[in-house]
Amino acid sequence: MGNGTGIGRVRGLGSAKSGTHHWINQRITAVGNLLLVLWLIFSLLQLPSLDYLAVTAWLAKSWVAVPMILMLISIFYHLRLGLQVVIEDYVHEDGTKFATLLLLNFYAIGGAALGIFAIAKIAFTGAAS
Amino acid sequence: MARPQARPLSPHLSIWKWGPHMALSILHRVTGSSLAIVGALGLVWWLTAAASGPAYYAFFLEQASSWYGYVVMVGITWAFFQHLFSGLRHFVLDVGAGYELKTNKSWSLLIPVAALFTTAAIWLSIFAGKL
Ligand code: HEM
Ligand code: HEM
Repeated sequence: MGNGTGIGRVRGLGSAKSGTHHWINQRITAVGNLLLVLWLIFSLLQLPSLDYLAVTAWLAKSWVAVPMILMLISIFYHLRLGLQVVIEDYVHEDGTKFATLLLLNFYAIGGAALGIFAIAKIAFTGAAS
Repeated sequence: MARPQARPLSPHLSIWKWGPHMALSILHRVTGSSLAIVGALGLVWWLTAAASGPAYYAFFLEQASSWYGYVVMVGITWAFFQHLFSGLRHFVLDVGAGYELKTNKSWSLLIPVAALFTTAAIWLSIFAGKL
């Protein structure tokens, strides 16, 4: 350990390494969730029916499929950041913490991929008629 | 180099006196975590069901429009608006405003009311439309 100033020894250490980035992205995706989920809720309320034909025809439109994909990215990014903090608060044992965070990453990336693929499939294969 | 071994920890739950701000903060975490699991899985289930074709989607609809389906959806709606409104409160606190004791308490009391009101308005309009 060097014998520099206090701030020099602290810089880049501890939890202060990359917290700001995490914090800002949590806020950016919060605004994304706010706009996109409200849009989804009010769109669903406008649909004449939520049956198979109505839902697939709606999801196949590009001005629906694109915001839906953006919404999935925003939600899963936000929940990955959010649950990471929750896990770090309650899981203290190093091994378990590593495993839980690994699981969280699989869940977030896998869930987003599954949802985006479903939308793309509906959009590209056309609404079933 | 000498480093303090026992660093100070922030006081934990048992130390604080209960108040609306504490309840709201806990609710933000609970609703965020349940949206992250139940809400996100429900959303992906809906999309994959729609992508799987009419037969599987019919099965999904059966579950969604059962009584437990409605219980889950009303619950998700409430969790979303509770989290949304306390998320907006976070934005206000983030810029350094709203910490005066009275102001802080009033917002903490108002937010759950707003969330319940929004949830009720949405679902009453859905059920009214069905009559
Ligand atoms: C729609 C899906 C959403 C999900 C799944 C979700 C999930 C989460 C989770 C799991 C957390 C971590 C909770 C904690 O650390 O205690 C969190 C934090 C947060 N959420 Fe959300 N959220 C959603 C929508 C929103 C919306 C619409 C807003 C904004 C209005 C928002 C604002 C926030 C903020 C500001 C935080 C950080 C709180 C802090 O720094 O302690 N979220 N969210
Ligand atoms: C992520 C979770 C959700 C999924 C997967 C989902 C999907 C569905 C589906 C397809 C049904 C059955 C439709 C039917 O009976 O014909 C249904 C009922 C309904 N849901 Fe949801 N929903 C979710 C959350 C929400 C939320 C948050 C709202 C709030 C605005 C909502 C609004 C409705 C409406 C409008 C109905 C009753 C209308 C009807 O039966 O035609 N849903 N939901």
